Amino acid sequence: MSANWSWERAWEALPVLLEGFKITLLATVLGFVLAAALGLLIAVARRSLPKVVSTAIGAVAQFIRLTPLVVQLLFVYYMLPQFTALQIGIVVLGVHYSTYMAEVYRAGIDAVPVGQWEAARALSLPPVRTWRAVILPQAVRRVVPALGNYAVSMFKDTPFLFTISVVEMVTAAQQFGASHFSYLESLTLAGLIFLVASYPTSLLIRRLERRLAY
Amino acid sequence: MDFSSNLEALRNSWPRILDGILVTVELTVASALFAFLLAVAFGLGAGAKNIVLRGSSRIVIEFFRGTSLLVQLFWFFYVMPLFGYKLEPLVCGILALSLNYGAYGAEVVRGAISAVPRPQWEAATALNFGYWQRLRKVIFPQAWAEMIPPLTNLLIQLLKGTALASYILLQDLTFEVEQLRRSTGDTLFAFGVGLILYFVVGYVLTLAMNLLEVRAKSRLGSGHTVREMFGLAPVSEKPEEVRT
Repeated sequence: MSANWSWERAWEALPVLLEGFKITLLATVLGFVLAAALGLLIAVARRSLPKVVSTAIGAVAQFIRLTPLVVQLLFVYYMLPQFTALQIGIVVLGVHYSTYMAEVYRAGIDAVPVGQWEAARALSLPPVRTWRAVILPQAVRRVVPALGNYAVSMFKDTPFLFTISVVEMVTAAQQFGASHFSYLESLTLAGLIFLVASYPTSLLIRRLERRLAY
Repeated sequence: MDFSSNLEALRNSWPRILDGILVTVELTVASALFAFLLAVAFGLGAGAKNIVLRGSSRIVIEFFRGTSLLVQLFWFFYVMPLFGYKLEPLVCGILALSLNYGAYGAEVVRGAISAVPRPQWEAATALNFGYWQRLRKVIFPQAWAEMIPPLTNLLIQLLKGTALASYILLQDLTFEVEQLRRSTGDTLFAFGVGLILYFVVGYVLTLAMNLLEVRAKSRLGSGHTVREMFGLAPVSEKPEEVRT
């Protein structure tokens, strides 16, 4: 073990990390798609279903939001051994974040002026068309930056899949460190790759936010 | 597995689970306090006029927000010893959690302070207050009431982040739940107990933060006092929000 940075070892670690990075990206993208879709479903369901059902859904979502992703991952992983760790990781990540995104959509839906609902009603549009053609296009547009922020958070939470031994980037870095007797290069590079990938994305989102602000 | 033998196992391992909860709470509270100090320091720095101060605060904030929590945790745990600093696992956990969430908190602090209307600064200047006096007596109390809800969210994120502690050899609640699963062989039961315990801890923390918010608002002369909240006299409700 040594504290000296070795470029040779760093060079050797890079392909391993990039291989892991593919899994990280895959989990982020699929997890995000699932979270965005399920979150929307939850938000709309909470608005259109009877109050009892809506409250029940809200309670479950609150429970998921208040309990650690790590524990949820382990739980589902042990409960459903027939699925691969990656599949479970993506689904649990997606479901966990869908509860956050539901709140985002809810805020977006609340921000649509009441007049829009009344106008849809005056035209006697059926509920499905009211949502699809009037409310959601306005609501979703507003919340795109917030969803983007959650995408970045999800990206930075994918290392949690380490706990169910999905070989994403940080797991790869840790394994590389263990087998090459130095964690310095691999873990530092993993951190830098996260920084390089997430910082421009957050800047982009901030710009989008400013453009949508007025 | 039948339920009564599970309960028996739970009763037997309850002292250990309590120890686990204690580690989790310790980690959460210590990191939260430290993170809050960092958040205020870097939040003020990021809002400062001095470009060096602002720039360096921004770099620290973006660095710890951008590199993932687990990377930071592993870095303190695996890499620091290479430089000759062997840290206790608990110290590693507190360092990583407080730096990571402190960086997120700094953005909250900066935002809340910049949201205080400018005339408040000007009025305090007109009263001949110095910078720290303005901040402490006029600006911060108002910003504080605004920043509590987002800080509550971060606190819950932090609590959930502590579940990684078992991977740097800390025997926290997640670790003990895993032990319970091994001894009962019943995943549903062990993790059910674990999730409920996490939920309870998270809920208590949320309630405590809500109390802080009520207190902060009542000190500004808006909202109810804590005493009113718990008193028997009915508190006047805000008008119902219009449902569409």
